[in-house]
Amino acid sequence: MDSLQSYLFISIVLFCLGLYGVMTRRNGVAILMGVELILNAANINFVAFNRFGGMTQALPGHIFALFVIVMAAAEAAVALAIIINLYKTFSTVNVDEAHELQG
Amino acid sequence: MPNFDSLAYFLPELLLTGLIVTIVLVDVMLPASKRDRIIWMLSLGGLAVTALALLLQPATEQSLFLGSLAADPYSRFFKWIFLAAVAIIIGISPATRQLDGSPRHEYYLFLIAVTFGMFLMASAIDLIIVYLSIEIVSIGSFVLAGFLKDDRASNESSLKYVIYGALSSGIMLYGLSLLFGMAGSTNVFEVQAALVQMPPKAYLTLTVALLLILAGFGYKISMAPFHFWTPDVYQGAPTTITAFLSVAPKAAGFALALRFLGVAFGANPDLNMGNWVPVNGVALGSLMAIFAALTMTLGNVMAIQQSSVKRMLAYSSIAHAGYMLMAAVVLNSQAFSAIMFYLVIYLFMNLGAFLVVIWVHNKLGFDEIAQWHGLGYKAPLIAIPMGIFLFSLTGLPPTAGFIGKVYLFSVLIENGDYLWLAVVGAINSVVSLYYYVGIIKVMFLDAEPTDETLEGQPAMTGLILALVVPVLIFGLYWSPLLGAVQSSLKFFTQGI
Repeated sequence: MDSLQSYLFISIVLFCLGLYGVMTRRNGVAILMGVELILNAANINFVAFNRFGGMTQALPGHIFALFVIVMAAAEAAVALAIIINLYKTFSTVNVDEAHELQG
Repeated sequence: MPNFDSLAYFLPELLLTGLIVTIVLVDVMLPASKRDRIIWMLSLGGLAVTALALLLQPATEQSLFLGSLAADPYSRFFKWIFLAAVAIIIGISPATRQLDGSPRHEYYLFLIAVTFGMFLMASAIDLIIVYLSIEIVSIGSFVLAGFLKDDRASNESSLKYVIYGALSSGIMLYGLSLLFGMAGSTNVFEVQAALVQMPPKAYLTLTVALLLILAGFGYKISMAPFHFWTPDVYQGAPTTITAFLSVAPKAAGFALALRFLGVAFGANPDLNMGNWVPVNGVALGSLMAIFAALTMTLGNVMAIQQSSVKRMLAYSSIAHAGYMLMAAVVLNSQAFSAIMFYLVIYLFMNLGAFLVVIWVHNKLGFDEIAQWHGLGYKAPLIAIPMGIFLFSLTGLPPTAGFIGKVYLFSVLIENGDYLWLAVVGAINSVVSLYYYVGIIKVMFLDAEPTDETLEGQPAMTGLILALVVPVLIFGLYWSPLLGAVQSSLKFFTQGI
């Protein structure tokens, strides 16, 4: 199982699961979890390509993955703050019930 | 260029960072009553110093921080657009009633942080910086869209923004990871060097990676079908932020997307050559042509049905992204200059139109088009500039919008391969006349002259009148602007 293909397979499965989660979940927090899956799928890609692409000197893929982890944390912090604020005004975290802007 | 030497070319960004830190520190030391005022002055002063540093920056083509950023006239041109937009928005914010009761000092902080991100977007030549800069801009914008904490519409808009934004940048990141895998490097020039040697069996992966990346770029410039957040966010966000989002991050998105697509997916990475050909295996031109046609048609058709001025201008901004994408189909130096020229004009006319919306909202508290009834007689000093902005957005002579559109169309006509797109663009311009003139009709033609007047807000009125000047002057005498654009068409390029 130590081949690039197996890692890419896991990553694409994770990506599709994340996308499915974002599309089907109506709970704001669950949608964020789907987004996190997508980001982690990309992280697996970066690290796997770095490992099997023979780039052992500079490790650009690992560095990219570290940046993504930091950015994902920042994004989650802001998104959760927005969802908490939404709960205060709408008394729900269901994104479908926030539908005043339409047309 | 090594890290330490790069700092001299990074001065505007460093000053913005210093400004952000200063605001955070000063914020806690000031008494609450003076906070908004002092930080407002501090922000504008800091932006002025940044502008000075940008002005004094040597006009060379350099790569900074070991090939992460490009400091070249192209990125500098866009940095002027960002500074102008953010200075106007910060300038009018104290006079915006909608923001009363919100902590304006924090709002300035976020605007400057977003500006810093846009500076990086304009000069990104590394996949890591591409992702980071888009996220810096996005995360700040999410907060700004939801800045009216007790307002349901503002909350909803920031929720929609954060979900679409996080998803689009995640999808783009997956595309970047595929590109990284194929190229084995995060540097855009090295990516290009790898892509030109791709065997035909890799073309499918390459196209998939391109489409995923376009999802991220498309979200930033609100290109259909990644535009769904735009109308809701623009309608719900504070109007100053709507005006800002419709101009500055969109210009940053174009700066980043044009450079990235031009370098990474070009057969020749040297954009100074001017005759751009895509790398084998991706039909970038046809793809962009379809997106452009879709974007402008959707924007215009949806704009017709709107009853809220803000929402109408949101769809109109989607349509304008479509017009600019028309030129991005070709990506030669003529296309670059047409898009940059149009972005400057768009800055003036769109910000002007939004300032009028803010002015009316301050007076009446509504954004509905019907509420503008008779504004032409009640406040001619506002309504006549609005008419000029709307004519310019339509692209009627003698306004600057007309000249901008002429350049965009001439790119396609001289190229000759995408004449159908030029026809679609022309039809769209006619359609847009309907809803822009609809507002003029409500303001002037439908109403009877009255003695009732709406007055006040001299500072904002003055700024609106000041924005009319370039819209009219560049419609008659645009060669200085065109000269500035063409002298900015110098890109950093890496010798291989």
